[in-house]
Amino acid sequence: MEIGLTHYLVISVLLFTLGLFGVLSRKHAIMVLMGLELILNAANINFVAFAKYGGMNIEGHIAAVFVIILAAAEAAVALAILLNIYQHYHHVNIDEVDQLKE
Amino acid sequence: MEITTLAFYFFAALTIGFAAVVVLSRNILHAAFSLLFTFFGIAGLYVLMQADFLAITQIMIYIGGILVLIIFGVMLTTHITGVDVKSGKTGKTQLALAATATILLAATMIYVLTTTSWKTAEAPELTSTAEIIGTGLLTHYLLAFEAASMLLLIAIVGAAFIARKKHA
Repeated sequence: MEIGLTHYLVISVLLFTLGLFGVLSRKHAIMVLMGLELILNAANINFVAFAKYGGMNIEGHIAAVFVIILAAAEAAVALAILLNIYQHYHHVNIDEVDQLKE
Repeated sequence: MEITTLAFYFFAALTIGFAAVVVLSRNILHAAFSLLFTFFGIAGLYVLMQADFLAITQIMIYIGGILVLIIFGVMLTTHITGVDVKSGKTGKTQLALAATATILLAATMIYVLTTTSWKTAEAPELTSTAEIIGTGLLTHYLLAFEAASMLLLIAIVGAAFIARKKHA
C-alpha cells in the first residue's frame, strides 16, 4: 500500500494524543512542556502533509515555520518562569504551585 | 517494498516509539533525551514529504535550540543525584481518566481520518523549497515575518528579565 496523506495524519494523531496524555498526566512542569512540544510537532506534521498532498502548496510550510518560531519563544519564556518558580518553591510540581504572589 | 515506504515506517516508528518513551518514562532526563530521537524522526518525515527547508529548520531549532533549553531546564530545576529527578507520582484516578480520554480521542480521530475520502492534488516536482519559502516570507507574509521577529526579540528580553537573580 502506497504511503498517502492518511498515513501522515495517523502519525500526527498518535503524536498529538501522546503529547496530550503527557500534559494531562504529568506533574513535573518540564514534562508538561515536553508534551506541549509533541503537540506542536503533531500540528506541524499536519501542515506539511496537507501542503504536500494539496499540490505542494507552500503556505503549509510557511505556517509550519511560524509554529516553530512560536515554539522557540514559548520554550524560552516558559523555562524562565520555571526557574523563578524553582527559586521560590524549590520544586516545579505544578500541582502544588498555587499562589500568584509571594 | 519500495525504499521510501521502508523509510516512512522507520521514521514513523522512531517518532512514535520515542514519543511514547517521552510521555511514559518516569525519569525526566530519559524523557528529554528521547525527545531528541522524536525530533529526528519528525525531521525524517519532513524529508519524505519534500520539505527540505523545514527538516533542516527542525534539526537546527528544535534539536539545537529548544531541546538544549529543555535539558538546561531539567538540570537547573532538579537535583540530579537525588530522587527528585523522577517526575512526581500521579494519582491513579487522574492517570486512568487521562488515558481513557486520550485513547478515545485517538480512536475517534483515526476513525474519522481513515473513513474520509481526502481530495489530493498531484505535487509538482520541486528541487528545493527554500527559495519559494524565502520569497513568500518577504512578499506575501512580510508583516507576519516582521511580527515574528519582534515576538522573538520580546521573548528574549522577557525571558532574560524573568530568569535573572533578584537582589532585593
